[in-house]
Amino acid sequence: MEAPLNAAPAAADPSSRALLEGTAISKRFGGVQALADVSFSIRPGEIYGLIGPNGAGKTSLFNVLTGIYDADGGSFVFDGRPLAGLKPNDVAARGIARTFQNIRLFANLSALENVMIGRHVRTRAGVFGAMLRNASTRDEERAIEKRAFHLLDYVGVSRRANDLAKHLPYGDQRRLEIARALATDPKLLALDEPAAGMNATETASLSRLLRDIRKDGTTILLIEHDMKLVMSLCDRVLVLDYGKKIAEGPAADVQKDPAVIAAYLGGDVALNLKGA
Amino acid sequence: MTEKTLKSYMDTRSNPALAWIGLAIIGVALAALPLLLAGFVGTAWVRITNIAILFVFLALGLNIVVGFAGLLDLGYIAFYAVGAYVYALLASPHFNIHLPFWIILPIGAAVACLFGVLLGAPTLKLRGDYLAIVTLGFGEIVRIFLNNLSQPVNITNGPQGVTLIDPFRIGTLSFRDTETFAGLAFSGPIKYYYLLLLVLIVVIVINLRLQNSRIGRAWEAIREDEVAARAMGINTRNMKLLAFAMGASFGGIAGGMFSAMQGFISPESFILVESIMVLSMVVLGGMGNIWGVILGALLLSFAPEVLRYTVEPVQQALFGRMLVEPEVIRMLLFGFALVLMMLFRPAGLLPSATRKRELEAATNGARP
Repeated sequence: MEAPLNAAPAAADPSSRALLEGTAISKRFGGVQALADVSFSIRPGEIYGLIGPNGAGKTSLFNVLTGIYDADGGSFVFDGRPLAGLKPNDVAARGIARTFQNIRLFANLSALENVMIGRHVRTRAGVFGAMLRNASTRDEERAIEKRAFHLLDYVGVSRRANDLAKHLPYGDQRRLEIARALATDPKLLALDEPAAGMNATETASLSRLLRDIRKDGTTILLIEHDMKLVMSLCDRVLVLDYGKKIAEGPAADVQKDPAVIAAYLGGDVALNLKGA
Repeated sequence: MTEKTLKSYMDTRSNPALAWIGLAIIGVALAALPLLLAGFVGTAWVRITNIAILFVFLALGLNIVVGFAGLLDLGYIAFYAVGAYVYALLASPHFNIHLPFWIILPIGAAVACLFGVLLGAPTLKLRGDYLAIVTLGFGEIVRIFLNNLSQPVNITNGPQGVTLIDPFRIGTLSFRDTETFAGLAFSGPIKYYYLLLLVLIVVIVINLRLQNSRIGRAWEAIREDEVAARAMGINTRNMKLLAFAMGASFGGIAGGMFSAMQGFISPESFILVESIMVLSMVVLGGMGNIWGVILGALLLSFAPEVLRYTVEPVQQALFGRMLVEPEVIRMLLFGFALVLMMLFRPAGLLPSATRKRELEAATNGARP
């Protein structure tokens, strides 16, 4: 497998069938260059890690990708079509679903309702359907509820279906956010630190869940600080530091990269990596 | 009666016998109400009841915007005004146009809906207090326009208002005349009452269905977290506009009926205090809960009228003369009631399940 470490923006290879191709993405906040010419490509069916020290621009890249911020430069091609200028809801409709670093569930709605809202973008009923409640609307409602239950079961929080999202334990909230994202039928699931704040057992079971999701056909983009998880789970990894790409390639290669080790000042990550 | 028992009386599936008996009793009571009111306390009370039902419409319409979608609207009465003026101008000697009500009411709803979108579009990025200020301004703009659109072309007839507005007419049956049927006298207000009751049932059903639908969930998602809602693929722009448009349409229909019932309207009926009153009904009853909102609207509509008829005799009996005007007492008690509410039932009389849990969690969280 080609592993262009420290590579300049990879020239888009026309033969590669990347699911997501980011080319020279830039984003500036005032005097801070959050992202500088970041290029990467995610292949269908892989778990793609996005790592880097705090403030490296990982979440900024997520926000630019999902349309929450507009990029200052560069472009994304997703599933063969550009994502330029799309609003977050259009990006979700195209098939990219995300979770948030600081969990953003609909706190005062039940777990089930949270997931049902995720089905919004794949269902049709409008105001008149809702008011008349005709057969097709009723069928759709039933299908939404069934699918939502199924997804809650899939991520393992079905027994809390009727509890308020905010009353769920922390780990379950993370899982619920994943279920809500999966409800939009994404081709690419973008997870922002899903293991943050989890203990070792929870992380291990999250890791199993993510493998299942990949096995069931969803490509995963993962921001994560837990290096053990990243190295065991990710096929390839993109490393950012101060908004610049410093490495991209298979996890095993990236963790030996001197630039990556240097970026994680102090070397505790290097130790961690050896432990993994 | 708690919401649960109320629901068990209305749930025709799980408990059919009880539910149908309950519904039949409620139906008979509601049908007999205007006749009893007219017979025992006078037709004035039927009129008061009708206005109360109009305020239920308004409160339910505002509940879509404030309770479901979480968009604080302080200018809601403007849509009521728009509906009322559309009816008045298309069914009065003012322009000498006399269209039938079943044509004007949809036009009124559509025009109000358009105004809803006009208000919604520039305020899409605003939330909370900022939105409240803009909507407040919008309400005032509409009222001031109505007050001043008598020159250079006389459209609204300015502060004098529009008079001699046609009542509802179905064929030769006019809602202003009294008819006698089976020995009972059905005066104009009584007929309006039945019509309003019918529309009220439709409005309640629409509200309940909207709440438990894909659209209602999208509104709730926006209320809870707009960023997450967008990331989940909800077109927040369209959904917010839809909330404004739906709320405004309800207001427009209520306005048209108000026009027809009163026969006279002027900008004075659509002042800021009215907007605040409708918002108070929503908050007092329980934001987001349809039954709570109905209760709030009925309480706040009837309470001042009850006071109007009792304050004077009570003072006469106690002090031998009138010390405080009913109007003063009314505002005093209203303010007092709101303060008590906020202290003891901050989520409203019948809070929505969600809002109740929210506030409970907030109080529990505040304790160490």
